[in-house]
Amino acid sequence: MPISSEPAALGGYVDAAAPLLGLSLAPEWREGVIAHLSAILAAGGRFDGFPLPDEAEAAPVFEAAP
Amino acid sequence: MSGAATAAETAAAIAAGRLTAREAVSAALARIAAHDGRVNAFTDVTTERALAAADALDGRLGRGEPAGPLAGVPFAVKNLFDVAGLPTRAGSLINRERPPAGRDAALVRRLEAAGAILVGALNMGEYAYDFTGENVHDGPSRNPHDLARMSGGSSGGSAAAVAAGLVPLALGSDTNGSIRVPAAFCGCFGLKPTYGRLSRAGSFPFVGSFDHLGPLARSTRDLALAYDAMQGHDPDDPVASRRPPDPVLPHLDAGTGDLRIAVAGGYFARGGDPEAFAVVRQAADALGTAAVVEIPEAARARAAAYVISAAEGAALHLDRLRERPGDFDPAVRDRLLAGAMIPAPLVERAQKFRRWYAGAVAALFETVDVILAPATPCRAPRGGETTLVLDGVAMPLRPNIGVFTQPLSFIGLPVAAVPAWPDAGLPLGVQVVAAPWREDRALRVARALEQAGLARAPVAAGLDRSPLEAA
Repeated sequence: MPISSEPAALGGYVDAAAPLLGLSLAPEWREGVIAHLSAILAAGGRFDGFPLPDEAEAAPVFEAAP
Repeated sequence: MSGAATAAETAAAIAAGRLTAREAVSAALARIAAHDGRVNAFTDVTTERALAAADALDGRLGRGEPAGPLAGVPFAVKNLFDVAGLPTRAGSLINRERPPAGRDAALVRRLEAAGAILVGALNMGEYAYDFTGENVHDGPSRNPHDLARMSGGSSGGSAAAVAAGLVPLALGSDTNGSIRVPAAFCGCFGLKPTYGRLSRAGSFPFVGSFDHLGPLARSTRDLALAYDAMQGHDPDDPVASRRPPDPVLPHLDAGTGDLRIAVAGGYFARGGDPEAFAVVRQAADALGTAAVVEIPEAARARAAAYVISAAEGAALHLDRLRERPGDFDPAVRDRLLAGAMIPAPLVERAQKFRRWYAGAVAALFETVDVILAPATPCRAPRGGETTLVLDGVAMPLRPNIGVFTQPLSFIGLPVAAVPAWPDAGLPLGVQVVAAPWREDRALRVARALEQAGLARAPVAAGLDRSPLEAA
């Protein structure tokens, strides 16, 4: 199942996530936050299914010492 | 002085004794006083410091000490660079309550070591999460070629100050396009070097994974002069490269005969106004190339950069979002709040895709040395616009101005932004893209386009008319 980015499905998630993160959203900000989250998740959907092997490394690599 | 002198011309005049540093700095301060009320590029003018530095330099030159390559060149920096004595506001209301910086940013120190003289700090989009140059706290930086238009951002004040001839040299930052977009909109040159090339020590971050700093100027020679003066490892920046400095200026006029140059097709050839692509074709014609290459998976790259930016930006600002959300620019706040809620696996997958994509583009650079692409999908929009119409499709303006810059900074490629003027209207930009660590190739091609007359960065003409004439 692909990532869901439908704004209608995100209201409940945003309402639950905000207090979890210690954030309080003024009622008039909610619609804008949902719209931005929808755009971000839609962007995520563009690469989420891109096939990469389990062994693929992420771009940032930690160096224990120079 | 009209403000038309380049950094190289100013430094040469001072080294030859035809001009004093005090005269050069006083002229820049006078132009700022005359024009910045309309352009709004500066948030701080460091008059006292600049005049003291100029007098000190004149004194050293008078004693026969050597003039640096940027002797007496006035410059200014985006206000996310630390300037001793100023709070580093980074375009925000919140950060201006920070204590004043105790020390200048590394790149400010390096430019001053080469003889340049800081005259102030420049307006920017809040916390650099911006492509417009608009700022709810400080007002918008305006496009000197048409004050009703956006400067572009987030280094809006940097490009506006250069295009208005207030300073010949400015520093900006570029995470997703924030040097290249305003350079295109304001018609000046910019360089986003390879990720890790220039020290970010003493600058306020945005997205550590792809934050870059770089110069904006009105000639390729000035870009090279400044870039060469700023190179070199810095232990204060954990991602700064350990490579030795690789000066570009000696090779700037080497021509392009040995370079394989191609235009980016596919993703970079659609989704913009026709003129955005026309200037790229004109550049390719001037360089004698008809080759086209496809940068693989650029749309996915842009999407992954979009997600990482929102996530890292949100993590950076999470405490401020908790404690003072009402003090953010609303356009920035709502994006950051959304960024805090991104599921973690998506961010990790974006970083894994990033490594794959870097490898795929590295393979492409086995077949080509330099790639040309549009800088923006359109010319500078009117101030206050929130919608962009491309190919008949309306979309939110703020995020989509960076559609062509974002996939390139995502993997840290060096890019020279070259201003092009397809007609009597406003400029557009061409991105000259090279493989990592090959800033020399990008700047050589930019120089060739400048010599061909295609790329130029004139001081905005209308500003030199008196207010009565302008009315």
